[in-house]
Amino acid sequence: MARHRKHIIKITSGAVIYALGIIWHPDNFYISLAIFLSAYIIIGGDVLFRAIRNIFRGEVFDENFLMSIATIGAFAIGEYTEGVAVMLFYQIGDLLQSYAVNKSRKSIAALMDIRPDYANVRRDTGDIERVDPDSLAVGDIIVIKPGERIPLDSTVIEGTSAIDTSALTGESLPRDVGAGDELLSGCININGVITARVTKEFGESTVNRILDLVENASSKKSNSENFITKFARYYTPAVVITAVLLAVLPPILIAGESFTEWIYRALIFLVISCPCALVISIPLSFFGGIGGASRQGILVKGSNYLEALASAETIVFDKTGTLTKGEFNVTSVTPHGITEDELLELVAHAEGYSSHPISQSLVKAYSGQIDLSRVSDVESIPGRGIMARVDGKQIAAGNAGLMEMLGISYHARTDGNLGTVVYVAVDMAFAGSILISDEIKQDAKKAISELRGAGVRKTVMLTGDTDVIGGRVAGELGIDKVYAGLLPDGKVARLEELIKEKSPRGKLVFIGDGINDAPVLARADIGIAMGGLGSDAAIEAADIVIMTDEPSKVASAIKISKKTLCIVKENIAIALGTKGAVLTLGAIGFASMWAAVFADVGVAIIAILNASRMLRVKTEK
Amino acid sequence: MKKTFKLDGLDCANCASKIERAIKNIDGVSSATVNFMTAKIIIEGDDSKFDNITAKMKEIVKKHEPDVVVRAV
Repeated sequence: MARHRKHIIKITSGAVIYALGIIWHPDNFYISLAIFLSAYIIIGGDVLFRAIRNIFRGEVFDENFLMSIATIGAFAIGEYTEGVAVMLFYQIGDLLQSYAVNKSRKSIAALMDIRPDYANVRRDTGDIERVDPDSLAVGDIIVIKPGERIPLDSTVIEGTSAIDTSALTGESLPRDVGAGDELLSGCININGVITARVTKEFGESTVNRILDLVENASSKKSNSENFITKFARYYTPAVVITAVLLAVLPPILIAGESFTEWIYRALIFLVISCPCALVISIPLSFFGGIGGASRQGILVKGSNYLEALASAETIVFDKTGTLTKGEFNVTSVTPHGITEDELLELVAHAEGYSSHPISQSLVKAYSGQIDLSRVSDVESIPGRGIMARVDGKQIAAGNAGLMEMLGISYHARTDGNLGTVVYVAVDMAFAGSILISDEIKQDAKKAISELRGAGVRKTVMLTGDTDVIGGRVAGELGIDKVYAGLLPDGKVARLEELIKEKSPRGKLVFIGDGINDAPVLARADIGIAMGGLGSDAAIEAADIVIMTDEPSKVASAIKISKKTLCIVKENIAIALGTKGAVLTLGAIGFASMWAAVFADVGVAIIAILNASRMLRVKTEK
Repeated sequence: MKKTFKLDGLDCANCASKIERAIKNIDGVSSATVNFMTAKIIIEGDDSKFDNITAKMKEIVKKHEPDVVVRAV
């Protein structure tokens, strides 16, 4: 900041001399001129120097040059006080602007401060050494102490601890890990010492991929940014040409008009000819929005996607893994002649050897410990179920087909179409049935209602499941429309129909788990993948990645998008409005150069401050 | 090939977009983005021409913002 301090001293001393000149107001013209001229050179010397240097480099329309011409012009027509004042306020404004930019840069750096600085590697000798995480290879052993950031993606080999994943997911609840669990770089180890084996090099590790993604997101520019870039290209030359015409034409064409008056008006134009306010503040708003979203566990891969999300009209969900957990759970147990616990105990044991998801869900539903020594004679009957002896009792568990095959009369479930039913017989007598189905995620209902609150017109669910299951989930969540029984290519076809149905300006968003719906993700206007934490496929396929499993994050993303767009529009309106007004007033002789300086640097500062609101996105609990 | 450079002392956003535009026009560059907020430039271009691209890029930066120091990341 030494550069800034020197600058401030120069500006202040120049300002003092300037004030002296105004208060003293010497009658002698030359003394007066000398005072203002020296103040001018002290304040704006560097601007003049840069202007001359840039002319030799072939850069004519640069800010320094235009500001120099404007102020020298003011001197030439005898407006010394204003010439100095314009330079003074331009310099002060520039200083404040650079301060504001620096401050936003620091906030952004803080937002993205999840990069681990070092890793403790354990050498073969047993020594522990602190090294750069980039220097480690897959298979190296690292030690992570409490309070440290996990440096690389790795697997725990020793120790247990709670891990704070909030930097990646926005999730405040810590996660417990032990031997065999996966660790993701960027998370913080809270309490225990863990030893882990590196599974990915630093470049491929989660933290590095996320940072890369966020930093590069600005390369996919939004329409507003493209508009401003184009606008900026024509704005400066247009304003400068108008200024020249303004200075020359009226005095020549209109009798009685003085050159001094019109040159003054032209100088006002030159002061406002930099489009800086817009050029800085719009990318800053988007960048802030993307940074803030990443803090909530939402990775947006481009400013264009953040912008498009604000006009989300139709939201299409995949069911399994997105709105539902995608794992099977026992949702209803109907015993017959024995207790519920007894039924579960017998079935869980009979299924204890099987790795089938349905069997696993039955084992999970049993509250006690499975003792496999109680189980014998396990026989699986393909397509029907399983038979086994538990505590000497003959257990048969399977679908209706198994019961029929064994000639056992059973009570068919009426809600059987909501999931998978397991019928159980003990010693060839019907003992009850168990319904296993996928569970709806906790925040799924909230997600749908929040989306509606965020202005989404239509919610749709696509599923490969039956109408009944789809209909039940949709009904429970309040989803407008369901398309069930779809194969993967059927999903793409449905999506295309939905795209045709929406209004031309509205966007269609598809949300899936990113595993087997890549074609649908790609076809939607915006593809969002859920549960991206640790899944490279999801990060690759989608435009926006939600790191956690919460569908309600989609609504948060839309809210961030709307807020960003709102700030962008405000800034465009403030900047163009003020500039337009001062240009018009200047042309007809109602604005002074003071107003022009405000329209230039003042507006830039206001726009930056407005944009930096985006950097203060709170993490939702 | 894709390379990132840091532009230390990049203070003027308008200059940043002028720099970006000029670098895009260098022979062999397929894409170039200046990120004003992180003061970084990412250039993608032909491997064989990259030395030339880097040299030209430095010239362009010098022309628009003489006080900026270019650093490879």
